[in-house]
Amino acid sequence: MAARKSAPKKPVKSNTSKEELLNHYREMLLIRRFEEKAGQLYGMGLIGGFCHLYIGQEAVVVGLEAAAKEGDKRLTSYRDHGHMLACGMDPKGVMAELTGREGGYSKGKGGSMHMFSTEKHFYGGHGIVGAQVPIGTGLAFADKYLENGGVTFTYFGDGAANQGQVYESFNMASLWQLPVIYVVENNQYAMGTSLQRSSSTPDIYTRGEAFGIPGEAVDGMDVLAVKEAGLRATEHCRSGNGPYILEMKTYRYRGHSMSDPAKYRTREEVQKIREERDAIEHVRELILQGKHASEDELKAIDKEIKGIVNDAAEFSKNSPEPALEELWTDIYADDTRLGVHA
Amino acid sequence: MATEVLMPALSPTMEEGTLAKWLVKEGDEVASGDIIAEIETDKATMEFEAVDEGIIGKILVEEGTEGVKVNTPIAVLIEEGESADDIAAPAAAQADAAAPDTTDAPVEAKAAAQPITPVIPAEADIPEGTEMRSTTVREALRDAMAEEMRADDAVFLMGEEVAEYQGAYKISQGLLDEFGAKRVIDTPITEHGFTGLATGAAMGGLKPIVEFMTFNFAMQAIDHIINTAAKTRYMSGGQMSCPIVFRGANGAAARVAAQHSQDYAAWYAQIPGLHVAMPYSAADAKGLLKSAIRDENPVVFLENELLYGQSFEVPVLDNYTVPFGKARIWREGNDVTIVSFGIGMKYALEAADALAEDGISAEVIDLRTLRPLDYNTVINSVMKTNRCITVEEGWPVASIGNHLSATIMERAFDYLDAPVINLTGKDVPMPYAANLEKLALVTTKEVIDAAKAVTYR
Ligand SMILES: Cc1ncc(C[n+]2csc(CCOP(=O)(O)OP(=O)(O)O)c2C)c(N)n1
Ligand SMILES: [Mg+2]
Repeated sequence: MAARKSAPKKPVKSNTSKEELLNHYREMLLIRRFEEKAGQLYGMGLIGGFCHLYIGQEAVVVGLEAAAKEGDKRLTSYRDHGHMLACGMDPKGVMAELTGREGGYSKGKGGSMHMFSTEKHFYGGHGIVGAQVPIGTGLAFADKYLENGGVTFTYFGDGAANQGQVYESFNMASLWQLPVIYVVENNQYAMGTSLQRSSSTPDIYTRGEAFGIPGEAVDGMDVLAVKEAGLRATEHCRSGNGPYILEMKTYRYRGHSMSDPAKYRTREEVQKIREERDAIEHVRELILQGKHASEDELKAIDKEIKGIVNDAAEFSKNSPEPALEELWTDIYADDTRLGVHA
Repeated sequence: MATEVLMPALSPTMEEGTLAKWLVKEGDEVASGDIIAEIETDKATMEFEAVDEGIIGKILVEEGTEGVKVNTPIAVLIEEGESADDIAAPAAAQADAAAPDTTDAPVEAKAAAQPITPVIPAEADIPEGTEMRSTTVREALRDAMAEEMRADDAVFLMGEEVAEYQGAYKISQGLLDEFGAKRVIDTPITEHGFTGLATGAAMGGLKPIVEFMTFNFAMQAIDHIINTAAKTRYMSGGQMSCPIVFRGANGAAARVAAQHSQDYAAWYAQIPGLHVAMPYSAADAKGLLKSAIRDENPVVFLENELLYGQSFEVPVLDNYTVPFGKARIWREGNDVTIVSFGIGMKYALEAADALAEDGISAEVIDLRTLRPLDYNTVINSVMKTNRCITVEEGWPVASIGNHLSATIMERAFDYLDAPVINLTGKDVPMPYAANLEKLALVTTKEVIDAAKAVTYR
């Protein structure tokens, strides 16, 4: 089971329908506009603490969600807004969590980094770098135990790939043939540390080899290539062959979090990728070239997305802060405060 | 010269064992390295090899004898031409002074296996007339897991050596046979990984029991216990739960020194979102573990290796559970309240016996769970006795005793006739040397002295 680097795939227009392209466009655009809005609200002091934007990486979650089936699970790090929107969580609930309001997915108690949705099988939102990797492996363990055919998408960063628990997970996942897809979102930086400065070997997708886990590198800026890789990975897992690694070569345009001046890279470096590899632009061109929609029709979509994001922002401003009693709830299942030293 | 073959200590905590089988008979010649007997320890059946060569002159302890104390002579080894009666008389007396005294231990001695019964039976959780059976803590823990696994398919056990080896401390004996490899799972040595994995499995709808070989190794995994398991419900606004039990041996065993001897009670008791139990008796071990497995919250369940082989009366009931947050009063008294939990109860109860002889009547409270903690039982007792000492094995800084002292000060200040004394392990890493180890641990004598100090005797 050798790791392989997939040949850079030029999207094949014939098997990508108009409807699918427009969906990808719409979903990626929703994430980008949502994140831009979150950045704005942060600037206005409505969002506090850490806030990690996903701008630039949209094709990764959108492509993989297109390969997922109902019942599949997903979880990621603190850079989680895109994942939540892509799996169908309500932008209002996500934005209201960012502003720490009652209407947020965690009633305002989780914040940007800690959100969950049982309904959409989104298992967080994890603030400890790498911690989601064994947790995702455990979700896959549960799927296998319950024989429900589910697959768990476990996302983590290039920095997280250096955590020991990742390799402890690889070993168990392969040993027990667990249906888990490890998605490394290699955006080339962990805060200010580039991959070259943190990793002894550059190709993260090969790191499963020692455990017999196949892996492939994927152009994470190409939503169609991502989806195809996702289909290969899910097929592998669902056929009972155990885990699979997808290294998504991607890039984040903004700083690590809102307070990062990003002095560790040049403005030109960012600009070059935006101009040459932007995932949304790429799909937009495919749509226009294939005459699937006109400029005007795309503008209408842009407007619709703006509306959704503005509504989410309004909701997140107007939703009240959580009631003060909420301080004491959701600590234990029975919530009788037994066990809480008040 | 004839030499005695002594009952060996085959585990750090073994004090006695069963001489299961002799593989040699009188008159047989043995060379060093020959297996001469099979001995059952509290954990396993071990082969016992001859150290010296010679002839088995006499077998002193018949096979099948239980409760043979460590260092009891079990056979006499002679040289060609000698008789077994040539054995040097003082040999037994030369036995290592620090070892458990064996000179007065008849081979059938079973004193340590006598079940201990609380003076005050636990509240209403055992109906009048219930049959009681003498059970070790080890068996009680196994029974609790087996019963809950029979009742709920989502419950499974994972950890190092829990399946094929039957448990490093034999707690999971027989579970693999009954439940199969799907539900009794040997993990690689990967605490951080399997704790995270089990936590994820709990979020995914299962009810894992994670056995840590000992809690010392859970430090590699504590991030998932605290940051994941304990906080998930709160961080998800109540949407998601993490019903999981982390269990295993906690605290000092015997002579295993600094990295293997640590009591984590106060550490875990500090974490909102966790439930924490630390039972002393077998009945509580069973009842609390059953409650823990059914709990929708993550539970840290702290056991003690030295108690595993200890027998207690356990009620024969189909569905015996012990609630969290309810202390057990083991002994009623009027002069001083002694609060403890886990192995600390051993010292507390021994001290109470000794104090009674001096006319001091001690009330002994076993907290049983540290989160939730039964403050009311402690406060009510202190209001009656006006004095309190706490006993635990952990370190003195930020101990459970410190927390209780503060609570007593807040809620019963005017009732106190003496300052509360917190007895704890000493503020040092656990030393290896037998004499220093003894010094590092809390002792019965310290409890007696403290009780006398607060009663001004
Ligand atoms: C265990 C741990 N160490 C350090 C941090 C602080 N920290 C937060 S994000 C981060 C960088 C992670 O980079 P990467 O895994 O590449 O993910 P990205 O932010 O690029 O999505 C660090 C060091 C943390 N949250 N957890
Ligand atoms: Mg990164």
